[in-house]
Amino acid sequence: MAGPDESVPPPRSAAVDEAFKRELVQLIPHLRAFARTLCGEPAAADDLAQDAMMKAWDARNSFQMGTNMKAWTFMILRNQFYSEKRRSWRQSQLDQEAAERTLVAVDDPEAPVALDELRQGLSMLPAEQREALILVGAGGFAYEEAAEICNCAVGTVKSRVSRARRALHAILEGGAYDRDGRSAGDAMRSILADAERLSTLR
Amino acid sequence: MFSNAWVYLAIGNFTEGGALSGGEEQSRGRVPRERRHEDMIEQRSIDERRRTSAALDEARLRQQAIGVRLRQMFDEVVNEQVPDEFLEILRRADKRSSENG
Repeated sequence: MAGPDESVPPPRSAAVDEAFKRELVQLIPHLRAFARTLCGEPAAADDLAQDAMMKAWDARNSFQMGTNMKAWTFMILRNQFYSEKRRSWRQSQLDQEAAERTLVAVDDPEAPVALDELRQGLSMLPAEQREALILVGAGGFAYEEAAEICNCAVGTVKSRVSRARRALHAILEGGAYDRDGRSAGDAMRSILADAERLSTLR
Repeated sequence: MFSNAWVYLAIGNFTEGGALSGGEEQSRGRVPRERRHEDMIEQRSIDERRRTSAALDEARLRQQAIGVRLRQMFDEVVNEQVPDEFLEILRRADKRSSENG
């Protein structure tokens, strides 16, 4: 991602800072969205996104302008999230159960049913699969970029995304998912129905 | 549980970038080229093979449906108005650094 040009970073200047800031501001909505998928709870997610934004700003001299700032800031946000988690939770709690709680906390009464069920389904995935799927499937990152963000091999990301897709499908479709006494098939049906509704609106 | 055609129509409009504008009736009447081709192959196949192919097809289409929703979930937050707080914090930090720097 750093490109072939490995020259020394340019000296700090107001113009460089200004360019950096402009680009960073444009990334704020994306940082918020990524934080929301990690934290679930909107206020906590915005705190995380703000922390990441400030960390990026403070580290601006180590960023090489022209390289992928989106991936760089996502990496900062992700590291921030996991370091906070390590501080506040015992290591033994860093498991799927804890990951489930974070996303289940999302409860927007305005949200369409299918979206809520997708969130529920996502929350049942292991954290590493969920974040890989979100980066590639929603964040628009290439596997290579997602691998840098998650600090793992490209093949690992590919396999996580693939397992996440299969698992999510199975959860929404099959017996793994059950809530409010509704059958699992309802979740998938409502996603498809909603997809059709939205498609006719275009 | 779902017919292939129904699922395709539900998803097809998304994958084609919303190019179909004639509404639901027209969408339903249209037979996508991809499907026509597969149908021809299936006609020559034995029933069992047809069922397998249809199941795989349906699974793929459902994955697309999930993908569409996943992006939508993310984009909903991306499209929210950014709270003023963000820009305010950044502005203060910028001011600090230009004063100190």
